[in-house]
Amino acid sequence: MNVTQLSIFLENKPGHLQNALKVLSDKKINILTLTIAEAADFGIVRMIVTDAAGAAAALRDQHFTCSTTDVLAIEIEDVPGALLKALESFRKQNLNIEYMYAFTEKRGGRAVMIFRFDDIELAKKALQTEGYNILKKIDIIGA
Amino acid sequence: MFNKEFEAMPLPKMRELQRERLKWSLTHAYANVPHYKKSFDAAGFNPDTFKTLDDLRRVPFLTKQDMRASYPFGLFAVPLDKVARVHSSSGTTGNATVVGYTTGDVGVFAEVVARCLAMYGATEKDVIQVAYGYGLFTGGLGLHYGSEKLGALTVPIGGGNTERQLMLIKDFGTTMIACTPSYALNIADYLEKKRPDYDIRKTKLRAGIFGAEPWSEQMRREIESRLGIEAYDIYGLSEVIGPGVSGECSQKSGLHVFEDHFYVEIIDPDTGEVLPEGSKGEIVYTSLTKEACPVIRYRSRDITRLYYDGCACGRTLVKMEKVTGRSDDMLIIRGVNVFPSQIESVLMETEGVEPHYQIIVDRKGALDDIEVKVEVTEKIFSDELKVLEALSRRIADRFRSVLGISAKVTLVEPLAIPRSEGKAVRVIDKRTI
Repeated sequence: MNVTQLSIFLENKPGHLQNALKVLSDKKINILTLTIAEAADFGIVRMIVTDAAGAAAALRDQHFTCSTTDVLAIEIEDVPGALLKALESFRKQNLNIEYMYAFTEKRGGRAVMIFRFDDIELAKKALQTEGYNILKKIDIIGA
Repeated sequence: MFNKEFEAMPLPKMRELQRERLKWSLTHAYANVPHYKKSFDAAGFNPDTFKTLDDLRRVPFLTKQDMRASYPFGLFAVPLDKVARVHSSSGTTGNATVVGYTTGDVGVFAEVVARCLAMYGATEKDVIQVAYGYGLFTGGLGLHYGSEKLGALTVPIGGGNTERQLMLIKDFGTTMIACTPSYALNIADYLEKKRPDYDIRKTKLRAGIFGAEPWSEQMRREIESRLGIEAYDIYGLSEVIGPGVSGECSQKSGLHVFEDHFYVEIIDPDTGEVLPEGSKGEIVYTSLTKEACPVIRYRSRDITRLYYDGCACGRTLVKMEKVTGRSDDMLIIRGVNVFPSQIESVLMETEGVEPHYQIIVDRKGALDDIEVKVEVTEKIFSDELKVLEALSRRIADRFRSVLGISAKVTLVEPLAIPRSEGKAVRVIDKRTI
């Protein structure tokens, strides 16, 4: 039910992201969306890919430090104020967002966003109470 | 000359004095310190058989490890009620070495520092600002007592607080400042950036007494031109007494060793053999007069050479070349002794950190800069930035509290640290000494 996110540790230097992406490209793994969190000297690339486990194995093979984490993919309306409204319902449920990012493509006229919460199971329950559609892996990646 | 009798003593007389004092020192150490009794016996050496200076070659060395193993008072040769003061080398417990001084030793310490100050041209008319740290470190109190012994006006300001240092230089009419050479450059930087209105050349400051860390001729020129002063080297190590083991005279062509108190040899650091006159090697010290903490053939790990060819200043004391290297892996960072093994143990204590690290020492501007690169393994990796940032902060905090140094901690990718033949290169010292 959760979506698996791939995170890669990279030094903040020219060519390093390229090296990591080359590994995915060689394995014919497609990136559906990605975001980068950067500190002064390093960054964390987080992405949703077609085969997170396969990508992680290939990256480890090439001596990259990476991990896989469960995140929630949630559909929200693609209209002004929709994200604000979503955040309000998270607040009501006392859910703290560690980070979030969006898919570039819409899904049936709605936006898809990735949320990383402290406690994913608690978040899931709370969001369902609020009536959100939590996407399954298969919805995003395809069969 | 502060003490012409000894500083300009004819060589044969000096050798005879050394022979007598060496015999006393060996006998004193053997009779009163179990470590020496054991090591001399194991080497089959009895001080009674000591006849000529060359006999010292039969005596076993004392190492830094021996001193650490004797922590805290194991090498004291007198009861504690006869010990007037202790100093300690920087380092963690376990890595610290403690040295004791009787009232007599404190007097010798002050005497040798006063001789150094006199060599730099200081008299009782001078105002000497002691900007070394006061405390267990020998720098502050060593210079302080020496300056008082000379009769100079002594300003015990201690290290740091550049603005205040500058204020006192001006207000008190300071003529000499004693600090680390990197701090002197720090003052120069501060003047350039923050106080362009302060003209140090208009103050009475005319000389600096710099020690506690290795520094080069290039650094001397930089300090002299930027601060408009004469820069002199003072050398010492707490194990032997502290600063004042040797110092430069006006010739600035080597440091005179006070041979009436310290006997020096140059050895091959690998074989331990005494090298012929003029060879470059590790300098080994034997105290001749120390009561509380005699050191017999202490391996300093400092690399230098000795010149016995006299000096234009009139002193007959042997000269040692400015120390610019060490035969072991100890790093001196801003005057603090740091061993890579200590850095390693801090990393090991940090949960999940594997010891793939590299220490890079550089001189950024005026101060030594230390960076520790740590490879990020999956054990410590997180998809959350804050977790990784907290980790590097935690490691940096540990370096500060355990080693007393502030280091920049940089997280790097696996294998980012080059391995040579499978072994990581642990230390890169980019400082040009």
